[in-house]
Amino acid sequence: MDLSYSAEDEAFRQEVRDFIEEAFTPDIRRECERSKNGYITKQSHETWQKRLYEKGWAAPNWPTEHGGAGFTPTQKFIFTQEMEAAGAPHTIAFGMTMVAPVIMKFGTEEQKAKYLPDILASNVWWCQGYSEPGSGSDLASLQMKAEDKGDHFLCNGTKIWTTMAQHADMIFCLVRTSNEGKRQQGISFLLIDMHTPGVTVSPLVTLDGPAEGAQEINQVFFEDVKVPKENLVGNLNEGWTCAKYLLEFERGNPYSGGLYRALDKVKKLAGDVVMDGQPLIEDEDFGAKLADLERQIMVMEATELRIFSEVSAGQNIGPGSSSMLKTRGSELQQEVSQLGMEAVGQYGLPFVEDTLASNNESDIGMAGVAPVTPRYFNYRKTSIYAGSNEIQRGIISKAVLGL
Amino acid sequence: MDFSFTEEQTLLRNMVQSFVQDNYDFDSRMKIVRSEEGMSREIWGHFAELGLLAAPFSEEMGGLDGGPIETMVIMEELGRGLVVEPYLPTIVLCGGILSRHASDAQKETHLPGIIAGEDVWALAYAEPQSRFNPADVLTSAKADGEGYVLNGTKAVVAAAPWASKLIVSARISGDQRDSDGLGLFIVDKSASGVATQDYPTVDGNRASEVTLENVSVGADALIGAAGNGLALLEEALDYGIGAVCAEAIGHMKCLNDATVEYCKTRKQFGVPIGSFQVLQHRMVDMFMEYEQSVSMTYMVNMKLTESEAERKKAAAGAKVQIGKSGRFVGQEAVQLHGGMGMTEELNVGHYFKRLTVIDTQFGNVDHHLKRFAAA
Repeated sequence: MDLSYSAEDEAFRQEVRDFIEEAFTPDIRRECERSKNGYITKQSHETWQKRLYEKGWAAPNWPTEHGGAGFTPTQKFIFTQEMEAAGAPHTIAFGMTMVAPVIMKFGTEEQKAKYLPDILASNVWWCQGYSEPGSGSDLASLQMKAEDKGDHFLCNGTKIWTTMAQHADMIFCLVRTSNEGKRQQGISFLLIDMHTPGVTVSPLVTLDGPAEGAQEINQVFFEDVKVPKENLVGNLNEGWTCAKYLLEFERGNPYSGGLYRALDKVKKLAGDVVMDGQPLIEDEDFGAKLADLERQIMVMEATELRIFSEVSAGQNIGPGSSSMLKTRGSELQQEVSQLGMEAVGQYGLPFVEDTLASNNESDIGMAGVAPVTPRYFNYRKTSIYAGSNEIQRGIISKAVLGL
Repeated sequence: MDFSFTEEQTLLRNMVQSFVQDNYDFDSRMKIVRSEEGMSREIWGHFAELGLLAAPFSEEMGGLDGGPIETMVIMEELGRGLVVEPYLPTIVLCGGILSRHASDAQKETHLPGIIAGEDVWALAYAEPQSRFNPADVLTSAKADGEGYVLNGTKAVVAAAPWASKLIVSARISGDQRDSDGLGLFIVDKSASGVATQDYPTVDGNRASEVTLENVSVGADALIGAAGNGLALLEEALDYGIGAVCAEAIGHMKCLNDATVEYCKTRKQFGVPIGSFQVLQHRMVDMFMEYEQSVSMTYMVNMKLTESEAERKKAAAGAKVQIGKSGRFVGQEAVQLHGGMGMTEELNVGHYFKRLTVIDTQFGNVDHHLKRFAAA
C-alpha cells in the first residue's frame, strides 16, 4: 500500500496544470463560476473542447487507436482531479464518454469511421434519448417505436429530460423494435440526426430558472422520422446490451475533485459574509459544518482512490462500487450546495435569470452570489438523474448484499 | 387547553380557501408572478373587499379585531395557493407594528389606506452587514429640529417594489449592534432621497435594496418611543415567524398530498411506485414532519401574546422546526416526483422554493437554534 505519486505522475500533473493555465481563459472561467447547472454556452464548451483536442487530451478514456489520450489509470485520475480542482468545463458526456464507447464496442467499421473522429474533434454535438414520460427508473418500459420500412426505420414517440438537445446535431436513442418476448429484448440502439424532418425540441424549464435558450433539459418529439438502416448500432433488438454497457460509463466518475472545489467556493463566500461583525467562517458552528463536509469529501476521495487503484490493477469497477460513488457523490454535491446557500443568508434571495451574461460585480449584495441558490435548486437533480439514488441503493442491495 | 377553532375562525378559513381555489390556481399565480408588476392589484382589492386586510386591526380602527390565530388561518390558506400578494409585509409586519404601537393620530392617518387595499407597506429592517441580527443597524437617524434625517442602506426588503410606504429601522443613538437606540420610522417611498433597486427573488416574490440619502421625516414618522425600536421590531419579526410558519404548513400539506397522489398513480416496473416500502417510509416521515410543524405553528401563534420570554422561545423553536421540516418535505417531494419535480411547470418545485426562502426569512435554522438556546 502506497499513497504517494511517482515522479512521472507529478510531472504529468504539472503538465495538466500548465495546460489549464493557458487554455482556461478568463471568459470561460467566468462562465464556469457563474453557471447555475454546470453548463456554459455552447461556444465556450466547443472552444474548450477543441483546445483539449489539439493537445491530444480530448478523450482520456478512449483507446489510443481511436485517438484517446493514452493515459494510465493514475494519469486519468490526476487529469480529472486537476480539471475539477481548477473548475474547468466538464466534457459534454453524451458524445465522448457515452455513445463513443458503444460505437467502439458494438458499431461497424463504417460507423466507427463516420462518427468517432467528429466526436473526438467536437465537430458534432450529441444528446441522449433514453427516458420517456412513462419510463424513468423503469427504462425497459420505453415505448418510442422504430418500424422496419425496408430501407429505413420510421420513428414515432418522445424522449424526455434530454440534456442540451437544443444544441445537438445527433441523438442516440433506445427505441422499441419488437413487442415480443421480455421487454428488454425488443429494444434497439439507434442514432438519429436531429436535423431530420419530424424531430422537434421543446424546452423544459428547471427550478433554477435558466434564461431562454439556455435550458438544461428538453423533451424531444419524433413524428414519422425516417432513419437510415445503417444508423442501427449492434444487432436489432439487442440495444439493451448497449444500454447496460453505457451505464457503467455514466456512473463510474470521480466526484472528490469537484466537491473540494465547490467547498472552496463555500469557504470563500463564508469569508465574505459578515455575522455580528465577524466573518461567518469564524463562527464555531458554521466552521464545524464546513469541517464535517470537508471530512466527508476526504472519505469520498479515499474511497475513489481505493476503487480506481483496484481498477488500474485490472479489476472491473463493478455495479456496487459505481452505484456507491454515484449515491454518495450526488448527496455530497447537494450538501455542499446547501451549505453555500446557508452561508449567503439573505443575499441568496435575489434572482438573476441569465447568470452567464452578467458578472460577479453586478450581483446584488455580494460578488458571486447569483448562482448560489439556483445551484442548490438545480442540484436536486443529482439524486434523480442517471438512475435515482433509490435505484442505486436497490442495485447495491441486489448485486452486493444479495438481498 | 383548547386546540379547536371557533366557528368564526372556521368560516374565515373556508372563505379564504374558496377564494384561493376560485381565483388563484397555479396558472393564474404564474401569470401574476411573470407579469411586469409581479403582483395583482385586483386580487389585493378583493382581499380588501373580503375584509382580510382588516382582520388584525381593532374594530374602532375599522378592523375585525382578529388575533394571531386569525392571521395563522389566513396565512395557511394563502400558503396553499402560493399567494405572492404582500399580506405578510403589509398586514402582519407593518400593520402589526402600527396597530400595536402607533399613536392614534398615526393610526388614523395610515390604517384606512391599508384596510382599503390602497397602500402596500414594506418593513425595511435588514442591512447588507446585518445577516439575521435586527439590532445590527448602521442606518442613522439624526435629530433635526422636530424631525429626523435618515441615511443608510436597507437589504432585501420584501415587497418594497410594490410599496408606497416603508417602516425603516434606524439608529438614533448607540453603536452598530446596541440593543438600545433604534427607532422605527414611517417613510414615504416617494420621499426625496429614497432610491430602490428592485429585483425578483427566487421564490417568485419581489424585493428591493433601499438606499436613504438625507431623507427628512417629521416627528410624526417615529413609531413609539425614541430608542425603543428593537423591542418593537423583534416582536414584529416574531409575529412574522408565526405567519410564515402557517404559510409553510400550507405548503407542506399541499406537497404531501401531491406526493402521495403521485406515488399512487405513477407506475414503474408494472406497479405504482407507492407500493415500494422505501418510498412509503419516506412519505411517512414527510407526514410526521408536517404534523410536528402544525403543532409548533399553533404553539407559537398562541404564545405571541404571552410574555416576551415565552414568545421569543416559542418563535425560535418553531422557526427551527419549520426550517428543518420545510427542507425535508420540499426536498423529498421533488425527489419522489423525479424529473417532473425539477420542472417549473409543476407546482411542487415552487412550493419547495418558497419553503427554502422561508427558512432564510427572519433567520435560518442555525440562527434560531442559537436564539432558542439563549432564550
